[in-house]
Amino acid sequence: MTAKVVTITSGKGGVGKTTATANIGVALASLGHPAVCIDADIGLRNLDVIMGLENRIVYDLVDVVEGRCKLRQSMIKDKRVPDLYLIPAAQARDKTSVSPQDMIRLCDELRSHCEWILIDSPAGIERGFRNAIAPADLVLIITNPEVSAVRDADRIIGLIEAEGKGPGQLIINRLKPEMVKKGDMLGEEDILDVLAIELIGLVPEDDAVITASNQGNPVALNASSSAGNAFRDIARRLNGEEVPFEPLYDQQGFLKRISRLVRSGGDR
Amino acid sequence: MIVFTKPACYNRPLGVPMRTPLAIKGIGDRLVISLPQGEWTTILPDLMHAIDERGDFFKGAKVALQVDDRELGPAQLVALRQALAQREITLWALLATDESTCAAASKLGIDIDVGSPSHQTEEDDYVFDSDLPGDEAILVERTLRSGQRLRHPGHVIVFGDVNPGSEIVAGGHILIWGRLRGTVHAGAAGDESATVCALDMMPTQLRIASHIAVSPKRRGRPHPEVAFVRDGQLIAETWENSERS
Repeated sequence: MTAKVVTITSGKGGVGKTTATANIGVALASLGHPAVCIDADIGLRNLDVIMGLENRIVYDLVDVVEGRCKLRQSMIKDKRVPDLYLIPAAQARDKTSVSPQDMIRLCDELRSHCEWILIDSPAGIERGFRNAIAPADLVLIITNPEVSAVRDADRIIGLIEAEGKGPGQLIINRLKPEMVKKGDMLGEEDILDVLAIELIGLVPEDDAVITASNQGNPVALNASSSAGNAFRDIARRLNGEEVPFEPLYDQQGFLKRISRLVRSGGDR
Repeated sequence: MIVFTKPACYNRPLGVPMRTPLAIKGIGDRLVISLPQGEWTTILPDLMHAIDERGDFFKGAKVALQVDDRELGPAQLVALRQALAQREITLWALLATDESTCAAASKLGIDIDVGSPSHQTEEDDYVFDSDLPGDEAILVERTLRSGQRLRHPGHVIVFGDVNPGSEIVAGGHILIWGRLRGTVHAGAAGDESATVCALDMMPTQLRIASHIAVSPKRRGRPHPEVAFVRDGQLIAETWENSERS
């Protein structure tokens, strides 16, 4: 097994990086693809809470990097899904405890243990972000349908291109179909117009996400959740499956627009 | 024809000419400034003022000064060079016809021969008689994203989009074969004949020389437009209706 390293980042905070990392990890593992989630947000760790594994932490990312434990010891096995692991961030340290080289080394060591390595990037464009994207084979940029989030995503895409990590792929999170229909919210077309990269996920706003996060029970485990469905679709697309985008609007011509989206993604 | 609305509030007074006229021309990555007529004692402060007004456009530039037949002694040249150095500008050459000035310049190690535009040959005419600053254009074949800045003393051509949050500053024209959403400044060294063209013109802010405008609300479909200064006003016209040849 040689794992693919996927970093999930956004620039802006609070758009759903951690939620997406947890859910894509859960979805990949439940599809039978072993995955390891790494929380690179050292000092502000959250991924363990959302995955519901907070009380199992013994060693963390900084312990591995500084050689206080073996890599295997820091990998926390998920309690629901087999073949899903979490390497938590240290809470009492900061981003400078880890270097981009450390991250590359760590991921190289992990590659033989799983199929997917998902890295949850901290917000911002500083050291923590550099650490998170250094080992990435693929970068997923997550944004909300808000002008400020799209602006930050655009900046991030520019930085990723400058690092030679390709343009990445886009997840639009917390889309409210009703508002888009009324013209009160940016639609996916507006966002793709600006960012011009390939779309990999369209996640609708779903109250179940908040409940799930608070309970440490990722929404991707919930078969009846629309957001959970969207995250499972992302996992399938990562595995190379052609999954059509779920129609979010009940309006005519939607399929036509979606097929246009699929074609226009990442052509520039 | 759309007349751009000037923003109601901006950190510099509008409608007042900010720039002192200065003839600036480019050879490669270097600039030649032609000084206006007048007394040296007033021209030097005027020149520094004009440079300061242009912000950091000149920062790090290599500049040649065309002083024509002015008589300048070593002391004046040293003062000039120091004043420029304070602004992080390198005095690369002096284009002088006066012999004593030339002698003083060479003593100080200032170049006086830049392909000798002061004694112009036909080829030099071609280089220097362009009516726009900077004869060279650069072609950018990608999308300019938020946070990316592009500065060039000549013309700028972008084959891609210019996203909000990005910025282009050019000495000459700016041509965007794509959507213009960021901030652009054409004719940044004071050239009012510079234009901005875009297939879809909705800049955050558009500047030509000392004129500043924001995009009016779009009505209807995007169409190629060209923005220029006419009678002291920034104007954008659709390409089809443009009266400019």
